[in-house]
Amino acid sequence: MKTKSSLLKNNAVQSLLCSLICVVLGLLIGYIVLLFINPNGAGKAILAVIKNFFFYPEGPARAKYFGGTLVKAAPLVMCSLSILFAYKVGLFNIGVAGQYVAGAGACLYAGLAWQCPWYVCLLLAVAAGAVFGAFSGVLKAYCNVNEVISGIMLNWIGLYTVNILLTNVKEDASPYTNNLASFNSSAILPTLGLDKLFGNNQYVTIAVPLAILAAIVIAVILEKTKFGYELKATGNNKNAAKYCGMREKQNIIVTLIIGGGLAGMGAALLYLTGMEQWSCSQSSVPGMGFNGIAAAFLGCLDPLGSLLSSFFIQHITNGGGYVDKTMYCSQISDLISSIIIYLCGFVLFLREFINSRIAKAEERKAELAIGKEAENAVGGDE
Amino acid sequence: MDEQFAIEMLNITKIFPGIIANDNITLQLKKGEIHALLGENGAGKSTLMSVLFGLYQPEHGIIKKDGVEVKINDPNDANALGIGMVHQHFKLVECFSVLDNIILGVEPTNKLGVLKKDEARKRILELSEKYGLHVEPDAIIEDITVGMQQRTEILKMLYRENEILIFDEPTAVLTPQEIDDLMQIMKNLAAEGKSILFISHKLNEIMAVADRCTVLRKGKCVGTVETKNTTAEELSSMMVGRNVSFHVDKKPAEPGDVVLEVENLTVASRLHKNDAVKNVSFKVRKGEIVCIAGIDGNGQTELVYGITGLEHAKSGSVKLNGVDITNASIRKRNTSGMSHIPEDRHKHGLVLDYSLEYNLILQTYFGDEFTDKAGFLKRKAIREYADKLIGMYDIRSGQGAVTSARSMSGGNQQKAIIAREIDKSPDLLVAVQPTRGLDVGAIEYIHKQLIAQRDAGKACLLISLELDEVMDIPDRILVMYEGEIVGEFDPKKTTEDELGLYMAGAKRSEVHDEN
Repeated sequence: MKTKSSLLKNNAVQSLLCSLICVVLGLLIGYIVLLFINPNGAGKAILAVIKNFFFYPEGPARAKYFGGTLVKAAPLVMCSLSILFAYKVGLFNIGVAGQYVAGAGACLYAGLAWQCPWYVCLLLAVAAGAVFGAFSGVLKAYCNVNEVISGIMLNWIGLYTVNILLTNVKEDASPYTNNLASFNSSAILPTLGLDKLFGNNQYVTIAVPLAILAAIVIAVILEKTKFGYELKATGNNKNAAKYCGMREKQNIIVTLIIGGGLAGMGAALLYLTGMEQWSCSQSSVPGMGFNGIAAAFLGCLDPLGSLLSSFFIQHITNGGGYVDKTMYCSQISDLISSIIIYLCGFVLFLREFINSRIAKAEERKAELAIGKEAENAVGGDE
Repeated sequence: MDEQFAIEMLNITKIFPGIIANDNITLQLKKGEIHALLGENGAGKSTLMSVLFGLYQPEHGIIKKDGVEVKINDPNDANALGIGMVHQHFKLVECFSVLDNIILGVEPTNKLGVLKKDEARKRILELSEKYGLHVEPDAIIEDITVGMQQRTEILKMLYRENEILIFDEPTAVLTPQEIDDLMQIMKNLAAEGKSILFISHKLNEIMAVADRCTVLRKGKCVGTVETKNTTAEELSSMMVGRNVSFHVDKKPAEPGDVVLEVENLTVASRLHKNDAVKNVSFKVRKGEIVCIAGIDGNGQTELVYGITGLEHAKSGSVKLNGVDITNASIRKRNTSGMSHIPEDRHKHGLVLDYSLEYNLILQTYFGDEFTDKAGFLKRKAIREYADKLIGMYDIRSGQGAVTSARSMSGGNQQKAIIAREIDKSPDLLVAVQPTRGLDVGAIEYIHKQLIAQRDAGKACLLISLELDEVMDIPDRILVMYEGEIVGEFDPKKTTEDELGLYMAGAKRSEVHDEN
């Protein structure tokens, strides 16, 4: 009994449990929606979403599509790290989408127009994201402009600026940027043989281990360093941070610079694989940044948790592609994944609920124990 | 039953995980009496009141009103039974008038929903005359004195025709003269048949006004006594479980060199357009405790902010050990010999979600002792240091160094802050209401620490609202009124009444700080 309740109180167990419950709930609601649209194929469709690359028989094909999920999970990890890092300091970095866009613009332009090698492109993407983050940070620290407002505005400024910039390096016949692999193969991230592991999926590059490394570095910074100590103190209690002489304004700016850099790096980890080309006519901010918010919360704001949650969200999103398009319209996959992502936001709520239930159960137990003690005491007196 | 009780709480037991907050407590309030509820912090007073207001359901025990058992499920039930409370921190809408605040929630309206304020005004004036509660119905709350705000709270209860009035530490914010007025008002109310429950840990007030007193200690009821048959000393030992010395023994001060020199300091207010601190000058020397006394809100907070750097000085200068620090950063001040026990331990003093050990290094975490060259925290050194302070200052917590600060009791949170600030071995210790909200045992401890610092040759600046503290601890008293220092006193040669007149702005003298 005791081990059970202490296990439930354990932070990691709790996080995992809540995340799983949210995932199951999301799938269930998705299933119900499918039932309403077309009851005949609902079961098959939802299984297709869950199975994703398991759709393929064992072997290179499965490994290849598994790799495809990993490739797109890597930038998502970076975006969710950006969100959670700022969140620990008490900032809601919704500008992550714009920082991601800035990173995409910088790495593609450097790769295509200046023929830079991949590491230069990567660094420029980090720098561009960081500059966007710095804008929000400076506005927040010195003018008290809410980072959510400035972030949303910067998302759009970033999108159209990047569209204009990348129009210089787009294909003549389409709105897409030139193919990076054929224009400048030196800008493509090295694979280090990882592609062989995943059924010769050429897009599986060092982006995947880099994202994992970034998560570990962020976890270490937050938990083990003086810098993390200051940042979390500022996030938990701004007044106390000021009282003990931390420079909370500087910390806000540095945090958003790092957050922006992470998001910019995320964009580079996707576009420098050559898997996607930028559409210069797109009029909505790429969803990667916003999905990062869901991934961060589903991962319970833990850097290592965000590795798992990012992979899962990407798994569901890709899985949507396997839904039978003769029965459901093509948007259905987006709908299902967005329902699940939406429910991810409830992880923290669920956690609070579980904690309050545990507290109540303990109250009852304490009462019983005291009752017994009192009985014993009475017995002892006589 | 020969006696009529207005409200009875019989054998109340309330259990929280790991602690019995109320253990078989019985409290019987007679009609028309003033009944004091006395106990240290954590003795279970608030829990008992929360049970009475339906915020908690007791595990055992019943509540009776006029001899009939009642069930109180939420505060609305309590209101319906005529139970009202004046909270320690008033629940008033600052930008509303007195009248608006009184009728809030029970607004008299005609059928169309239009307010009938004239009717309300008439009733309020009647009530205020009947009980001697002077208020101006149309004054805005933020413009009136704390005393009048409190009278507004009392009128709120009377307007709702409450029969049982609970006063939660009502004198904490008042001047001595206002306290006398309040005592008279409470007596008037009791004479008119209202039953009053008076929560306090100020023994002389209880002795002066209450008929009976119920004492709680550690969740248990120690007993109910008639105040005319007891003494303050007896009540105190009932409350603490041992004898407590009220007067602090201390040697005469031996002031040395000037440590803190404040000259013509002016600090702007965040709340209004006027300056909160106006042209204040004083000095604090080694080996003395200087106390800034005054009613809450007369610029003491801003003065401390100006000295410690939380707020910029508008003009004037602050010197620490002869070095001008008027525009120095907070970190610079903290590392050049200033320690600050802040007024609000939750707002400034602690990061509540951090563990105790992380809170204990809040002022020193950046030094070589706790951070290595690469910027990593030295966890082992932090744990050892925390364990040392926990032992030295007797900081009690559930799990030692890793306890979350939030889960600690107020007294131990304060001890943690004091340990942290004193262990820095500062030249100047700025202590702002260091004993606020603490029980007698903790207060005694903190006073001893302050005097020990003084005797060790440190300069102490104490800011206090408690008159007992103002009279007992310092070597010099400066009274602050509306942002200015209006008098300087030797605690041995002044009286509480004299201080009260200065604190209320009725008197002032030119202060010449020549020593």
